[in-house]
Amino acid sequence: MTVFRILAILLAACCLMGITTRSEEFLPDPQQEAKARSIMEDLRCLVCQGQSIANSDADLAHDLRIIVREQVAAGKSPDEVKHYMQARYGDWVLLKPPVKTSTVLLWLGPLAIFIAGGAVLFLSARRLRREGGESLNAPEAGSGDDIL
Amino acid sequence: MSMRTKIYLILPVLVFALLAVFFYKGLSLNPEELPSPLIGQQAPQFDLVPPKGADAGFKTADLHKGKVSLVNAFASWCVPCHAEHPLLMELQRETDIPIYGINVKDKPEDAERFLTQNGNPYNGVGADLDGRVSIDWGVYKYPETYIVDGNGKVLYRIIGQITRKTIEDIILPMAEKYNGQAAQS
Repeated sequence: MTVFRILAILLAACCLMGITTRSEEFLPDPQQEAKARSIMEDLRCLVCQGQSIANSDADLAHDLRIIVREQVAAGKSPDEVKHYMQARYGDWVLLKPPVKTSTVLLWLGPLAIFIAGGAVLFLSARRLRREGGESLNAPEAGSGDDIL
Repeated sequence: MSMRTKIYLILPVLVFALLAVFFYKGLSLNPEELPSPLIGQQAPQFDLVPPKGADAGFKTADLHKGKVSLVNAFASWCVPCHAEHPLLMELQRETDIPIYGINVKDKPEDAERFLTQNGNPYNGVGADLDGRVSIDWGVYKYPETYIVDGNGKVLYRIIGQITRKTIEDIILPMAEKYNGQAAQS
């Protein structure tokens, strides 16, 4: 039985090793550490592109976390820290892209499609009800063109 | 068929065509090649001492000597850097484009071994021990090579190892173009 016990302990140890990523010094002030963590959540890891740097094990993410903590400890605001990263890695480093002319479509596109779809649905439903389900015909053409 | 029905019939085709254009553009981008915000900007400020095995260090002022130069971020722990190195040696031998190196997070003895075994193609090379200078350049994937004009302005970034094709299609034409512009003015 002792063999199994040892194996179980080893297994548990391995699991724990997986959880603690790398040795990293947290900020002594828990409030600042929390602030630094929330900034890290918003920064994209450039090596493992789908992750934030908060939960990436990449070397670069580790270095960037150190920089975030340094700057938070130096009293920088989240925007200043993000700006620092943006100046080096571009908008890409932000998990939430900023609203500007090149990203307007990204931000407003889905909303526009939603509204347009809703409008088409609403108008055609209204027409169908008014016409008693009859097929569309010429007299309605004017209003339809306006929508399109 | 009324005019209106025709429009309804054409609409899906138009929507499809629009989507196809977006997908064609979007999907042909390489998601691993990110645009650098440094393009068109001045190179960051730094002053690095050479690693063991090299004589000349590398600092921002080196990029203000009036000639297009290359800045290559490399490390001994980076496998493609080893593969790329012979091409840098060749560029050093056969062109007059200055090449500068940022040796990123290498142990001194590793940097030394890399440069003695593979050769030193760099006019100046800096030991970036904590990786901060490479972060200032926005390097995220090794190797990376930047083309910088004679006044320290960053012109282009090559992510990953340079190839004969990138040398012929990008590096040489850019060097010629920007060196020529500098000569005219």
